[in-house]
Amino acid sequence: MNNFRIIKSTFRQSFKSMWRNRGMGLASISSISAVLIILGFVLVLIMSINALVVDVQSKFDEVEIFLKEDITEENKKLIEDFAQNEDGIKSIEYISQEKALEILKKDWGEEADLLEGVTTLPDSYKIKIIDIQNTDKIVEKINDIEGIDKIKYHKDIIDKLKVFAKYIRFGGIIVIAVLIAISVFIISNTIKLTVASRRREIGIMKYIGATNSYIKTPFVLEGVLFGIVAAIMSILIVYFGYGYLFDLINGKLSVLYSIMLVPPETILKDISIMFLVIGSGIGALGSIISMKKYLNV
Amino acid sequence: MIKLVNISKEYKSGVKALTDINLHIHKGEFVYIVGESGAGKSTLIKLLLKEEAPTSGEMYINGVNVTKVNNRRIPYIRRNLGVVFQDFRLLNNKTVYENIAFAMEILGADPKDIRRRVPVVLNRVDLSRKSSSFPEQLSGGEQQRVSIARAIVNNPPILLADEPTGNLDPDNGLEIMKILNDINARGTTVIMATHAKEIVDNLRRRVIQLKDGVIVRDQKRGGYDE
Ligand SMILES: Nc1ncnc2c1ncn2[C@@H]1O[C@H](COP(=O)(O)OP(=O)(O)OP(=O)(O)O)[C@@H](O)[C@H]1O
Ligand SMILES: [Mg+2]
Repeated sequence: MNNFRIIKSTFRQSFKSMWRNRGMGLASISSISAVLIILGFVLVLIMSINALVVDVQSKFDEVEIFLKEDITEENKKLIEDFAQNEDGIKSIEYISQEKALEILKKDWGEEADLLEGVTTLPDSYKIKIIDIQNTDKIVEKINDIEGIDKIKYHKDIIDKLKVFAKYIRFGGIIVIAVLIAISVFIISNTIKLTVASRRREIGIMKYIGATNSYIKTPFVLEGVLFGIVAAIMSILIVYFGYGYLFDLINGKLSVLYSIMLVPPETILKDISIMFLVIGSGIGALGSIISMKKYLNV
Repeated sequence: MIKLVNISKEYKSGVKALTDINLHIHKGEFVYIVGESGAGKSTLIKLLLKEEAPTSGEMYINGVNVTKVNNRRIPYIRRNLGVVFQDFRLLNNKTVYENIAFAMEILGADPKDIRRRVPVVLNRVDLSRKSSSFPEQLSGGEQQRVSIARAIVNNPPILLADEPTGNLDPDNGLEIMKILNDINARGTTVIMATHAKEIVDNLRRRVIQLKDGVIVRDQKRGGYDE
């Protein structure tokens, strides 16, 4: 009962003081919103790049093993057995000269006649790797077998993409960390104003025997409320803003590069939770920092 | 009720405000603390309030050693101590009633109890008529009565007053003394730092005189001067 009453009067105090300082409050909410909105778009970028990496990986999980013309049947068998027994390999397919030519013709379409008379295509195996991290190891082992001309795979592209994704993630985290620090600072200054304007009141409360947490809670609550309001605004802005961009860009991207952006619906829940947590966290942290000085009465 | 053993207080500035204070105040006593300006009267009150910590010695309130306590416990110690200052320290944006109710709200009191108790203490300080006035609409004497009402609303066993009549004319000062005397008569221990010779000489109580931070006199029913 006691606690409930204290909570009620605490809420009342928070709302009152927010209303009194609405100017600075607006500044605080805007600064948290700015952080969250940028965070939202960085997240979308990161998620899209991650999706791209997965997509590319699935396309580049092939290893082509070109065989020398004079490869023995035993060695072919060795390759096939190896592929069958190796856990990291999903499948193996033999592509004869004739089949290779057929595939080429299909790829070249109208200009296929140019291929007329081409007979120097080597026989090859096409292997699909389960986890492309293991590609190097597997390739190394296969390479030991006699009769292999060369082995081709697309490690470079994937590695580059992964490094790129890593930089984006890293850069995003730094940008967000800086923005969070800035908005914690702005919030703490806003609340400091409120605290300073109620300094006398805080002093009196302490003489009467109010606990620190009783005194602190309304201010922390005020910060958290700022954070929640900012989070709700940011969720709406990111969701609809990104939704608009998505409709605008995604069609073109997928036609041109077969790249897919993350659809807005899939991020809504994640960003909602994330924004509410980070927003109220920034608010709480800001007000706790701003109170430090004033509580030692 | 209150016991100080070899209490000394040296401020960070190096000022020795109190030296080797030994003091025993019993339940229900009325004690004046007198002495020249700078003698250490306010410092003594601040130590009891746990606003300042003693440099050495031991301090007991209600049999509990409060010399060194965790900051978290200080509010609970203060709930045993009503406190009245020379400058009243009321909240100007709250009415008389709200100022007093506030002291109960902070402790999470039941609204029913608050509604019952506040008029009682308002009546005790003879301010029932001013219940919905704001502090700025009151005279100094009335404001001090509000602050006394606030100090006793939670029924603390001890009332500390640092020059409660310091800002008031003699008539208003007398009024305040009547109230403090009445509070004391109902069983509350009252400790009052004061410069008011007339009051001390007329309402004779135990007098503790400080000089340069040392107790130079501790006299039952004493006067302001020796
Ligand atoms: N916060 C402080 N820091 C440093 N010195 C202080 C502090 N408070 C008081 N003093 C010094 O301690 C001594 C005692 O001060 P105190 O306020 O206790 O005197 P007092 O008896 O209450 O005087 P007055 O009658 O003028 O109120 C004085 O020399 C004063 O300057
Ligand atoms: Mg003083």
